[in-house]
Amino acid sequence: MMNVMLSIFSVVPIQYYIFISAVLFCIGVLGVLFRRNAIIIFMSVELMLNSVNLLLVAFSAYHNDASGQVFVFFVMAVAAAEVAVGLSILVTIYRNVHSVDIDELKSLKH
Amino acid sequence: MNYLLVIILLPLFGFLINAFIGKKLPKTISGIIGSGTILVSFVLSSVFFLGFLNGTQQKIDVDVYDWIAFGDFKITFGLLLDQLSVMWLMVITGVGFLIHVYSMGYMHEDEKFHNFFSYLNLFIFFMLLLVLGNNFLVTFIGWEGVGLCSYLLIGFWFKNQDYNNAAKKAFVMNRIGDLGFLIGMFLLLYNFHSLHFGTIQTALGTIQVSHATIVAITMLLFVGAMGKSAQLPLYTWLPDAMAGPTPVSALIHAATMVTAGIYMIARAHFLYLLAPETMQFIAVIGAATALFAATIGVFQNDIKKVLAYSTVSQLGLMFMALGIGAFTSGVFHVVTHAFFKACLFLGSGSVIHALHGEQDIRKMGGLRKWMPITFITFLLSSLAISGIFPFAGFFSKDEILAAAYEHNKVLWAVASFASFLTAFYMFRLVFLTFTGDFRGTEEQKHHLHESPSVITFPLIVLALLAVVGGFMGLPEVFHAKHFLKEFLNPVFAQATQAGGEMGAHETNSSIEIMLMSIASILAVVAIAIAYVMYVSRKRIPAKDGEQYGIGKIIYNKYYVDEIYNALVVKPILVLSELAHDVLDRTFVDGIVNWSGKFSLMAGAQVRKIQNGSIGFYLLFMVVSIVAIFAFVFLKN
Amino acid sequence: MLLLLTLFLPLVFALLTYLSGNRFAKYIALLGGLVVFTCCSFLKLALVHNNLAPLVFVHDWISNPHISFALNIDGLSLTLVALTAFLVPLIIFTTFRKEIENAKAFYSLVMLMEFGLLGVFMASDGFLFYIFWELALIPIYFIALLWGENKDAAFRHRAIFKFFVYTLAGSLFMLLAFIYVYQIAGSFSASTLYSLNLTDKEQSVLFWAFFLAFAIKIPVFPFHTWQPDTYKESPSAGTMLLAGIMLKMGLYALLRWLLPVVPHGVMLWTPVVMVLAVIGVIYGSVIAIKQDDLKKLLAYSSFAHVGLITAGIFTLTHEGFQGAVVQMFAHGFNVVGLFFAAEIIFQRTGTLSISQLGGIRTVAPKFATCFMIVVLASVALPTTNAFIGEFLLLYGLYEYNTWLSVIAGLTIILGAVYMLRMYQNVMLGETNSLTANFEDLNWKELTVFVFLIIGIFEIGLVPSQFMNMVQPSLDLILNYSLR
Repeated sequence: MMNVMLSIFSVVPIQYYIFISAVLFCIGVLGVLFRRNAIIIFMSVELMLNSVNLLLVAFSAYHNDASGQVFVFFVMAVAAAEVAVGLSILVTIYRNVHSVDIDELKSLKH
Repeated sequence: MNYLLVIILLPLFGFLINAFIGKKLPKTISGIIGSGTILVSFVLSSVFFLGFLNGTQQKIDVDVYDWIAFGDFKITFGLLLDQLSVMWLMVITGVGFLIHVYSMGYMHEDEKFHNFFSYLNLFIFFMLLLVLGNNFLVTFIGWEGVGLCSYLLIGFWFKNQDYNNAAKKAFVMNRIGDLGFLIGMFLLLYNFHSLHFGTIQTALGTIQVSHATIVAITMLLFVGAMGKSAQLPLYTWLPDAMAGPTPVSALIHAATMVTAGIYMIARAHFLYLLAPETMQFIAVIGAATALFAATIGVFQNDIKKVLAYSTVSQLGLMFMALGIGAFTSGVFHVVTHAFFKACLFLGSGSVIHALHGEQDIRKMGGLRKWMPITFITFLLSSLAISGIFPFAGFFSKDEILAAAYEHNKVLWAVASFASFLTAFYMFRLVFLTFTGDFRGTEEQKHHLHESPSVITFPLIVLALLAVVGGFMGLPEVFHAKHFLKEFLNPVFAQATQAGGEMGAHETNSSIEIMLMSIASILAVVAIAIAYVMYVSRKRIPAKDGEQYGIGKIIYNKYYVDEIYNALVVKPILVLSELAHDVLDRTFVDGIVNWSGKFSLMAGAQVRKIQNGSIGFYLLFMVVSIVAIFAFVFLKN
Repeated sequence: MLLLLTLFLPLVFALLTYLSGNRFAKYIALLGGLVVFTCCSFLKLALVHNNLAPLVFVHDWISNPHISFALNIDGLSLTLVALTAFLVPLIIFTTFRKEIENAKAFYSLVMLMEFGLLGVFMASDGFLFYIFWELALIPIYFIALLWGENKDAAFRHRAIFKFFVYTLAGSLFMLLAFIYVYQIAGSFSASTLYSLNLTDKEQSVLFWAFFLAFAIKIPVFPFHTWQPDTYKESPSAGTMLLAGIMLKMGLYALLRWLLPVVPHGVMLWTPVVMVLAVIGVIYGSVIAIKQDDLKKLLAYSSFAHVGLITAGIFTLTHEGFQGAVVQMFAHGFNVVGLFFAAEIIFQRTGTLSISQLGGIRTVAPKFATCFMIVVLASVALPTTNAFIGEFLLLYGLYEYNTWLSVIAGLTIILGAVYMLRMYQNVMLGETNSLTANFEDLNWKELTVFVFLIIGIFEIGLVPSQFMNMVQPSLDLILNYSLR
């Protein structure tokens, strides 16, 4: 098992993982910044989380330390909970204002 | 000592009874309690006095208890009885008793009769404390206490706001003096670590105190005396104080309280002897006051106002005596003045009583016919105050004039002129009031009557004293014993030793006889002029508003009140409003409110960031995170 | 144990008062006040029995940061505890004359206030002191806000809010200062802080941090602008609590926490404080002359008086200290008497405007006499309590600087001017439609005045016992302040 992991890294260097994580993260950030649909923003946030997860897994393997992977499970659990709460809020908002466009959701200002 | 406490506490007791249950007592009882307590005090005082007279009584100087005491600081509540205080004791209780008796008649109609007696008793209590205190602070209790009673009694008829204003003015003016007194005491306490008269007197020999300090102390104490004894420039309250009932004017504003300043300076003479500058100042102020007030007295038409200015003038004379070192003469004049001025005031009260409150001498005249006793006593006292031989005023005034002549001819001339004016305006008063035809209404004429005996009795006693009072200080030219001088010698020994300059009686007899003759001639001339003007020619002073020239200015008291109003009272009132409206509410509070408003404003600005746009928030968040990363990254 | 009992009884009674319901609240509160007063008498006996050595109670409370529940009663503390314990029941009694809405809350807040005040005067741990300092502010805020009698509610809310924020803001500086000295000393206890060696620069800054908090509470010019409006808008009981006792918190704190902790800072800034205090004396007196609102006049007069006390404290002399303590005590009595008189006038005529009143003395002689005595005490007539205080204060000030003493001494003239002017316009002259039916004092009101007047003359005539009790604690503070 261990050998397999190491051999993978000899083929695919860690830099690749870092690079793809960074790209995924940036896509997520840009999605959060430039999209107006709350659900897509939500998904972009998930994308960012998962890019971090990917990086955690990669480093975990690289350092031969399982705690990174434990942490990933933890993040996934939290993300799941977050999605559950977040989506239900969105659904409620949608029921009330018939929109999930964040430019229209300004009524908390006052 | 116990009897001494009784003397002091009896009037307080009378005060408490009249204050608490006086309302329920019949007026007579209330009056008897008021007068009785003073009578007992008088009798006890006489015992002390006689004791001093035949040498059996020693000086009493006891501390009753520690009043303000902590750590090293100690001011006791103590009493002092010596020849000087016993003189005052006799005057206060003696004249005080007579005036109490008089008041029983004079105030009989007043519904606040018991209040009146309680205030009078309280006054006597504080006055006794003033003269019996063995340190400056106990004297100061009495000093302020009599000021309070003066306030209460001037404003006795408190429904009239003019009277209340007069009362307030008296209190405030006295307070100005009191501040001087207070600071003077601080200097004493600081330099001598004591306020006890005896301690300070002995400490003067051992403690090195700079001359300037002594001058400052004496000057400040004199400021206190200026207020209390109505000297220039703090005299304006005394004429206004005539708003009070007449017995009050007699007791407080003629015989006793206003002489407190003289008492205090006589008591502290050992300090004053070390400060010739202050003495000089006192003499000048005294002489100036004597002349200034006498000129005003000439033009006044209110019977009590004339007497009030006369009091101010006579007090000036006494201060002049103190200022030239003739302490005994000053005290002598205090005593004789108490007799004749009290008599004059009570006599004027008798007149006012008969005329149902009329005080304007232009509306009197010819009262001799209806009020013979009042007339005779008034006349005798007027002769005494004018300095006609052999009445009391002659001797005391002569002593002062002789001392002044010895000291400084200008002072003597001023004082002589003041005495001349005194004789003139007093007889102007006598003639306008008691001779000629009655100028009042028919209604008043119908009710004219001599006052009851409860009023005339004190008049007679006081008039007798005004006649014979002078014999306690016969001048040396008469080869008689100067009783008062010997009596007070233990107190003023230092002053007498201080040199021939101070002891005026070293004057050779021919000069003294000459001075006496000049004074007598001046007085007689003044009376003659008054006679010609007001009896032979039957002149009557001009109506208000018809005066002109210098007469108008003097009639209006040189506009001093108006000047004080414009220079002091008005500016303070304006300042008060300005300080509140502009400085306090607008400026100081403005800054406070502004700091509050600034927070609100800043909040309003910051709030604009919270525009509610989620996209903006997100952008802000991302930019911030990037910025933080960049910062941390670049820092390393 | 007695210390704890005295301190916590008001809290217990605050709860009992609240639980007892509106009808009995005032009686329970009065009972509570009297019980605390009794405890206070025992405290005095205990202190005398202890040869005036401080009574101490220390219990470790929080270990990190090191805060102990430390109480300390010496002569100075006892004076103010006694003042509080005496005035609170009296103030409660003044309210007996009328029905108060939601009485249980009102009286319970008053008792809570007493708890806070006693804590301030007893605490010998800086942090504990701070807690009580702020605790005392909360009840008075609600008392002033909810029971104020002025009809203009919006103005009242603003005035009280300003008072709250202003004093709270000041206190924050004090908290910072305490935290700073804790960093160095490792303890909040007074004795540790007294022996701390801070650099002059630190002391100079710490001085202002402490002084701001205390100066706003006292108040010292120019931090006084909350005072007139707050006094005017509070119900009379609240005003009495504020002016009679709460002001003394600031003055007490100067003595207990400022002078001994940062003596060099005090040295450095004394001239500035002196000038501010003396300006306050004159400024307050001058403004009071033309005030038409009785309560505002009294507020400015009170402001002038505490200015003099502040100046006396900063003289760092025995006389100034003693004068300050006597005057604190005296001022408590006098100001409560004056505000009570104002309250009586307001109750019966519905106005506090001096120019609309007049002639009350004709119809209410007893009231006139009592009011007169209190007025005279407040203008420091000899034989009254304030005379002893002012005499010593001015003398202390004289020892510090002659001219300041002369200027501050003007207060005895100006005081007479505004007080007599007020008395004349309110009480003397002819009656008018407002005052013609003025009822004289009833027995409840008379009782209050009698207690106050006894106090006025007792301190005025035999102050030395009182002074000797305070002296050791003042000596100690003076020693620390001059180190």
